[in-house]
Amino acid sequence: MTATASVLAPDRGGALRPRGSRVRWTFTDALTMTWRNLVGYTRVPEAIFFSSVQPIMFVLLFRYVFAGAIQVPGPGGYVDYMMPGIFVQTVAFGSVATAIGLSEDLQKGLIERFRALPMARSAVLAGRTTADLVRNVLVVCLMTGVGYLVGFRVTTDVFSFLAGALVLLLFGYALSWGFATIGLSAPTSETAQLMSFPLLFPLTFASSAFVPVASMPGWLQAFALHQPLSLAVNAARSLMVGGPYHNPGSVWQSVAWSVGIFAVLSPLAVWRYRRTA
Amino acid sequence: MADGTAILAEGLVKQFGRRSKGAVRALDGVSLRVAEGTILGLLGPNGAGKTTAVRILSTILAPDGGHASILGHDVVAEADVVRQLIGLAGQFATVDENLTGHENLRMVGRLSHLPASVARARADELLGQFGLADAAARPLKTYSGGMRRRLDVAAALVGRPPVLFLDEPTTGLDPQSRQDLWQVIETLVATGSTVLLTTQYLEEADRLADRVAVVDQGHVIAEGTPAELKAGLGRTVVEVTLPDAEAARRAAGVLGEAVGRTPVTDGAVVELTTEDGPRLGAEVLRALDHHQITVAGMALREPSLDDVFLSLTGHRTGADEAEPAP
Repeated sequence: MTATASVLAPDRGGALRPRGSRVRWTFTDALTMTWRNLVGYTRVPEAIFFSSVQPIMFVLLFRYVFAGAIQVPGPGGYVDYMMPGIFVQTVAFGSVATAIGLSEDLQKGLIERFRALPMARSAVLAGRTTADLVRNVLVVCLMTGVGYLVGFRVTTDVFSFLAGALVLLLFGYALSWGFATIGLSAPTSETAQLMSFPLLFPLTFASSAFVPVASMPGWLQAFALHQPLSLAVNAARSLMVGGPYHNPGSVWQSVAWSVGIFAVLSPLAVWRYRRTA
Repeated sequence: MADGTAILAEGLVKQFGRRSKGAVRALDGVSLRVAEGTILGLLGPNGAGKTTAVRILSTILAPDGGHASILGHDVVAEADVVRQLIGLAGQFATVDENLTGHENLRMVGRLSHLPASVARARADELLGQFGLADAAARPLKTYSGGMRRRLDVAAALVGRPPVLFLDEPTTGLDPQSRQDLWQVIETLVATGSTVLLTTQYLEEADRLADRVAVVDQGHVIAEGTPAELKAGLGRTVVEVTLPDAEAARRAAGVLGEAVGRTPVTDGAVVELTTEDGPRLGAEVLRALDHHQITVAGMALREPSLDDVFLSLTGHRTGADEAEPAP
């Protein structure tokens, strides 16, 4: 090997120094990081496979084990009731991947490299959450297919269904920013995962996702009726299934919650990222 | 910058952990000055504070005290500007496991805000330069430790930064790769780059560095050209092993008088440094024999970093606590 001067010479005049506005770099840096994370996902197909197995298991579990024991008002039966719940649960659980991914970047020292680059400070987080949003889109498509196989039918129209999907994806995206902070705070990725579930379980199961809230004890109803995951489920159910679940108010409430969660938790995550060293 | 200073650190202090729980002072007033187009070797054992200094100078970590600048730009107040001027190759090969070598360099290029075509061309030529062209399209998982290390250095060079931080770049490299990397570093400086190189190897600092700063327990304990540092040390170390520490103490006393130098004692080993090893060796044996002190072993060798430390600090390297994990 010979050291080639033209390859190694520094750019002392600053000819390669970045041009263009800060706003533009904030956007393209996030895009580069999104690309990097998505390529990373495709390089570990086992992880993609097994992360889709779990929601499929939940579909089968609720469709064939619990369905008979749960009374719901809709004409489509329990499968129509539960599928919006499954969608929201899937994107909510998916946000744990955000925590794990960031925690691994931190452990491997990659964040150190990024911190010494002239990239936007938000890009590591924006790239991770956006990649996880893309993954959520794919998982929701997959779950729609699985739902159809076990008898789920959209009883509104395709645009309402897509609107419902948008509402719940927005919720998942907002939640990702919250879990980003956990990922940056946890000492290991295993810990990040363990820290996430005590938050996710009450959100997911003390909610309207799988059982009517009216069947819960009163004190729990107070929480289950008003917490954001229930509202996301109600919104999705209203838009995807309609009928007795028609509830346009929940759509706006859910969107408001998601925007609120994002507005509060994304600065927190960026703050945590800046302090991480 | 007008006065030709590329890297300037003044009184850097960094403390890890809370005061109440026994804080570690990783840096305790470190000052450094590196002239443009030169290499400064930061020499010290694990935990001396080398990596902490590099992390502060490369804007990763904010100092608790003191200040630092790169080509006149403050590393805290003007971190954004500094990041455009520096390249960093870490002690731990920080590249993305899931990407290929080419993708890793392209990513760094894009994040350094090079146009896509330039980033691609840079990735190609750097992979060629570091002998990784054949592995360009392979995921990092298939790379050996030495290949990762080389890719990590290549990643630091993507944006052609005028100031480079190479944190123990040759640790864990085979001798051939180490030679190759030394050549690369020499070429970098010959073409105008400024390099701050941390190392545990005296040989490496000796070969590459214009100036060397020896760091121990958060302090710069010596600074100068390699020749200046070694001049204070002598060319050869005469190492005499005695049966036990008591005998070593007696031997040290005897030698101090007989050969007119104060030896350094470490357990059962007594060491003297000199310009003329064989002659001093013979003198030592004569003096010890005269006083009927039995010698268990004797060796003549080149001075090592350990010896620099022993003579500068009176303690050996390696006994320090590890540097806090990043």
